[in-house]
Amino acid sequence: MSFEEIKSLLIGKFGDDVIVGEETGGMQPALLIAPEKIADVCLELRDNPATYFDFLSCLSGVDYGVEAGRFGVVYHLASIPYQTQLVLKISKENGRDENELPSFPSVASVYRTADWHEREAYDMVGIFFEGHPDLRRLLLPDDWEGYPLRKDYEEAEYYKGIKIK
Amino acid sequence: MTEALRAYNEKISAAAVEDMVLNMGPQHPSTHGVLRLELITDGEIVKEVIPHIGYLHRCFEKHAESLTYQQTIPFTDRMDYLASMNNSHAWVMGVERMLGIDKDIPKRIEYIRVLVCELNRIASHLIAIGTYGIDIGAFTPFLWCFRDREHIMGILEWASGSRMLYNYIWVGGLFYDLPVGFEERCREFVDYFKPKMDELNGLLTDNKVFIDRTANVGVLPLDVAINYGCSGPMLRGSGVKWDLRRIDNYSVYPEIEFDIPIGTGLMGAVGDCWDRYKVRVDEIEQSLRIIEQCLDRLQKELKRTPDFDPRAKLPRKLTPKPQDYYVRCESAKGELGFYFMHQQNKSIDAKTGNERMNDTEIPFRVKSRGPSFCNLSVLPELAKGVMIADLIAIVGSIDFVLGEVDR
Repeated sequence: MSFEEIKSLLIGKFGDDVIVGEETGGMQPALLIAPEKIADVCLELRDNPATYFDFLSCLSGVDYGVEAGRFGVVYHLASIPYQTQLVLKISKENGRDENELPSFPSVASVYRTADWHEREAYDMVGIFFEGHPDLRRLLLPDDWEGYPLRKDYEEAEYYKGIKIK
Repeated sequence: MTEALRAYNEKISAAAVEDMVLNMGPQHPSTHGVLRLELITDGEIVKEVIPHIGYLHRCFEKHAESLTYQQTIPFTDRMDYLASMNNSHAWVMGVERMLGIDKDIPKRIEYIRVLVCELNRIASHLIAIGTYGIDIGAFTPFLWCFRDREHIMGILEWASGSRMLYNYIWVGGLFYDLPVGFEERCREFVDYFKPKMDELNGLLTDNKVFIDRTANVGVLPLDVAINYGCSGPMLRGSGVKWDLRRIDNYSVYPEIEFDIPIGTGLMGAVGDCWDRYKVRVDEIEQSLRIIEQCLDRLQKELKRTPDFDPRAKLPRKLTPKPQDYYVRCESAKGELGFYFMHQQNKSIDAKTGNERMNDTEIPFRVKSRGPSFCNLSVLPELAKGVMIADLIAIVGSIDFVLGEVDR
């Protein structure tokens, strides 16, 4: 199924406002999805016999920088029966306050592999995933402060009273 | 403290009363590195496994955001340090495609890349097989595998100057051409190694004790494998022909003949530990076939010439256009992916005070998708309700490298 057909399939299923834009400039075109719909969209793309995007290759949390003030998640889907690929993107504006993380729906119920990917995105970029079964830090210790892959991250001077810088 | 952390702590403290909480690792040798598994056990039965990773986290993605594309290649070597060539091949392919020079690479360079990648794949699978034997209690195959792997290490050291972390494949070319006599030496190794595989099969693959320990253990159904994002021998062991060397047809793989071995359930159910092991053994034979075909081409029509310069196509500056690109390739462990986000830098002109967009050699964001990371994430699902001894067999059959899980 081509990119345009997938687009019309999603619009037919979820209405016009499910796709908020598209990026077709690069080698891999991407669909920008309304953030609150992402889990439904993934479920539809996974189970629809015409698409069967059953393999989540990669899930990346992105901090678009202090100036842009946006956070996003990029999904790279692949279909094993059809041997096709698709890129989905969601993003929203959010402040950089660590007590108010940007929040997106979790796709861990659709793709179980998203469980660890989302934990990593939470750990590194500070993105909260609603409905995730076990959203703990993955690579860093539980008592780590801050989110290292944020563009404005500065490493701490002290760790439990020990000077480390 | 977050909600999830509180729930986890409560679960562990409740389990410590009812059942037993047992720590496996991070220093346990059968965890293949620094993986810590927290087991909730009921006698000999594993009720639940909670993996803890991150002990080898070296901030690959953060480093990549402050280094140029060329400077990051040595860092990719250190992800899956048992198959470094495959890592840098994936990275280099992605950057070349973003620059639009992937079609200009000379055939000889592409064949050398495939040759060294397949050699490295054999080395990685030899470790997987050898250490799997030792996990299950067979010591001899381990020594045999390491003896043969040492030959590959020697060959690759001759080409690149380093035993494990090569930094050999560069964007647009290679660090250096193959040394004189490399092809002949490599063919000698292939001839030496082929009968060794038969010996290894007799010793381990058809071994009654080994089959009893691995057949029908840790059966991974295909739909679960796909849903958990498993790839490589893990996915093929469950019975689907999914090999990116064939699917994406990258580099010169379309010109090379090889088969894709899959799990057939010969000794037990499809997708059990023995199947995953057997896929690796069969892949070694296919890799040997690929190596022979590469050597044929390199010794005949793509012969070394005195004026051949493997750095001739090296771009002066690696400045791709602003774009996103996800590259994937079949590493020894599975689908290795790099997601590049490239943007331009903004600076203010000192004279006019206007904002200006500059090309940069540094990616805005890099995400690496390690195959071991996704393959390991299926462990809690696989290990539900198995015996502790079987858990060792399952962990060994996944064949992960912690350098890639933690990055």
